[in-house]
Amino acid sequence: MKTHLLHLALIGLLFALGFILPDYHQGNFSRIMVLAIYAMGYNVMFGYTGMLSLGHAMFFAAGMYGFGLSVQLGDLGVIPAMLLALLGTAAFAALVGALSLRTIGVGFMIVTLMFAQAVYLTILYAGKYTRGDEGFVLQPEARTIAGMALNQPDIRYFTALMLFGLVLLGTGLLVRSNFGSVLVAVRENEERTRMLGYDVIAHKMGAVVVSGVISGLSGATYAALFGYVGASFATVQYSIFPLLWVLLGGMGTTLGPFVGALLMFYLIDYSSGLTNAYMLIVGVALVLLVLFARAGIIGEIRKRWVPWLP
Amino acid sequence: MNLHLETKGLTRIYGGLHAVSDVDFSLERGKIHALIGPNGAGKSTFVGMVSGRIPASSGTVMFEGQDISNLPAHKRMRRGMAYTFQITAIYANLTLAQNIALALQDRNRDKALTALKRIGLEDRIDQIAGDLSYGHQRLLEIAMGVAQNPRLLILDEPTQGLAESEIVQFQTLIRSLAGDTTILLIEHNMDVVMALAEQITVLNMGQVLATGTPQDIQSNAAVQAAYLGTE
Amino acid sequence: MEFGPHLLLAVIEGSVGAAVLALTALGLSLVFGVMRVVNVAHGEFYMLGAVIAWYVATFLGAHPAVGFVGALILAPALVAVIAMLVDWLALKRVGYDPEATIVATIGFGYIFQQLTLMGFGPEARPVDPPFNSRIALPWFEFGENGLEFYFPWGLSVTSYKLFVIGAAAVLLIGFWLMLSRSKIGLVMRATELDRETAQAFGIPVDRVYAIVFGLGAGLAALAAVLIVPIQQAHYLMGHDPLLLSFIVVIIGGLGSIRGTIVAALLIGLSDGIISVFFSPTLAKIIATLLVAFVLVFRPQGLYGKKAA
Repeated sequence: MKTHLLHLALIGLLFALGFILPDYHQGNFSRIMVLAIYAMGYNVMFGYTGMLSLGHAMFFAAGMYGFGLSVQLGDLGVIPAMLLALLGTAAFAALVGALSLRTIGVGFMIVTLMFAQAVYLTILYAGKYTRGDEGFVLQPEARTIAGMALNQPDIRYFTALMLFGLVLLGTGLLVRSNFGSVLVAVRENEERTRMLGYDVIAHKMGAVVVSGVISGLSGATYAALFGYVGASFATVQYSIFPLLWVLLGGMGTTLGPFVGALLMFYLIDYSSGLTNAYMLIVGVALVLLVLFARAGIIGEIRKRWVPWLP
Repeated sequence: MNLHLETKGLTRIYGGLHAVSDVDFSLERGKIHALIGPNGAGKSTFVGMVSGRIPASSGTVMFEGQDISNLPAHKRMRRGMAYTFQITAIYANLTLAQNIALALQDRNRDKALTALKRIGLEDRIDQIAGDLSYGHQRLLEIAMGVAQNPRLLILDEPTQGLAESEIVQFQTLIRSLAGDTTILLIEHNMDVVMALAEQITVLNMGQVLATGTPQDIQSNAAVQAAYLGTE
Repeated sequence: MEFGPHLLLAVIEGSVGAAVLALTALGLSLVFGVMRVVNVAHGEFYMLGAVIAWYVATFLGAHPAVGFVGALILAPALVAVIAMLVDWLALKRVGYDPEATIVATIGFGYIFQQLTLMGFGPEARPVDPPFNSRIALPWFEFGENGLEFYFPWGLSVTSYKLFVIGAAAVLLIGFWLMLSRSKIGLVMRATELDRETAQAFGIPVDRVYAIVFGLGAGLAALAAVLIVPIQQAHYLMGHDPLLLSFIVVIIGGLGSIRGTIVAALLIGLSDGIISVFFSPTLAKIIATLLVAFVLVFRPQGLYGKKAA
């Protein structure tokens, strides 16, 4: 119960902020909430199930291109395109899971990295449809639901908040469910879990698909709200970002992904005003986190003060 | 005789080496059966093949009259087996309650309390399992096996590292299961074996050297030469 | 050009790529084999080698050969020292935990790349080769007078490219001898087989790890110095070598030196040949998928031994 109240409180706070924030920051927060969805998806696999993927951008891109191409080439409306994108991402995640789950540990990391690289290169190769590196813009007229234009700042903010809230409450439910506790058991001790009679592979498969679909939702939402679809979202960098956000905020915590995405976004936003080498911050943050704060911000808070944090 | 578990020709070869070779073994329902033998005799490999952790090179495993040779480990567990590890394998970062809940496949707190009472750790239900003493961790591991409510419980060297008082506690726990649960016990401590076991099988160099009651085994010359004499 | 001469040209280009790739991948393989560490910063060590080579060559000025020889010695040495610092600062402290080392080396990769962007800038800069004469190559055909040799237009190779192939071959053989014959090689193999036992026998495992990590990075830097007169130094140049080295090490069997070298020749050559005739993007897609499938279906690699 505490879990859901905490999540509702954050959603309430973000709702209020929607009316107070100045335009520039309102725009930033819309983006952060969409990216936090991506991080929450990543967290299901990495934080809760203990599988480190280095290729999650493939799921983000699957959602983004699934949506973008359905709108651009298929002339679909926002809702059908979104559903099609999610279905496509789910099928793709199931395929990736079926193959990559034959490996563990380092093998799994490299396999996911390679699949993501293949997806990125395929986007470039299919430049006729995807316009490669340059990407394509979705026209504002194509991005309306029941007459509401998704490119309007307020509508964009509250749409992002609505989806963010749904996913946050959803992960709250997931973590408290039997399925979620078995995922944690797999993370903590795979062999023990198998010998307690749980089908470890099936649970991991579930985690990959759920994680992939949430990441895909983030990608599709990004395209719908910001109107741009580009190959840069499929690069290795976009596979490293959710890892960084989750590490910073706290792996295996429900609030960590949002906190990590928020801090990192503003850190990069601030430093890119100073230098074009702003990715330096990312590198330094990764090294420091691994060395000094493996649990991340929310994880440290949970460890020291508030043990019930989900 | 009511057979609960039976293996025929069970064999495991590691790179040309026969770790377990052509073992025919049968286990009576409701009995406590000890598996003994010197280090490297293939005891852990044998129970690994029974539980499905280790794939057999050849041979069959029959459980409750059905061939389970091709079932993965988790399905064998679902059919009423439980297995405790030789090297303690609890969830060190989770609480005792969470550990037991996973074994019970049920998150009812009262049930967890009942299970912990059997090993006298009910006061520590909300502690992190990794903070327990080594002996208590071993007891928790055994309690998890018991909590699964198995019909066949496989214990791989359960008393290793336990203090005398904990061994007594362990023996009481195992006796309380006798009759309902079949127990297959790998054990080095001969006092424990002699106190608990109704049947004993001796493995040596991957093969069955002898099977019989504790009295038979104690008086068996071959066993004494291979094993007891070296103690 | 006709098909035959064209193919010969592709083989030569491929050999240069293969030679450099073999050195780079050997470094990655060595680190993985002995330390079980996946060094994602390997590509950036390669890049640092090229960038330092440019600084050394520019600083020494004089004749290109002086600058090149200086770079050949200084760049790998400096990069090795940097790598040993990384090992000491981070990898050792996380106890060589596989996930933590991957994340840490990703972090260091970004740090090196971005610091280079700040100091060296976004431009690509050339280093002069020590010598660079053009050698025309003959081709043959069966004409009216039987076998005839002639020199097709465009079929040529520079002396420097031949040097790269030769130098890489000498270095690889030297390395092989070091690993298989010398005491340090023995110590490395002992550490690779069993860390605890090696330690019990008085091998200073921490120092061996630092040396191996330095050596691995140094090899990448050495490869980069050899290639930098052909390709220019640039802060993003580490990406492709990293990917190709991964491919080589995985196909060759993680940690197997012989497999690594064979796979490097195979992949370097085919990469060169395929990208002459096909779209390089398609070639890369096929290569990455191939690696993924090898890991999924044959994790011991094509040459590695199957684990018991």
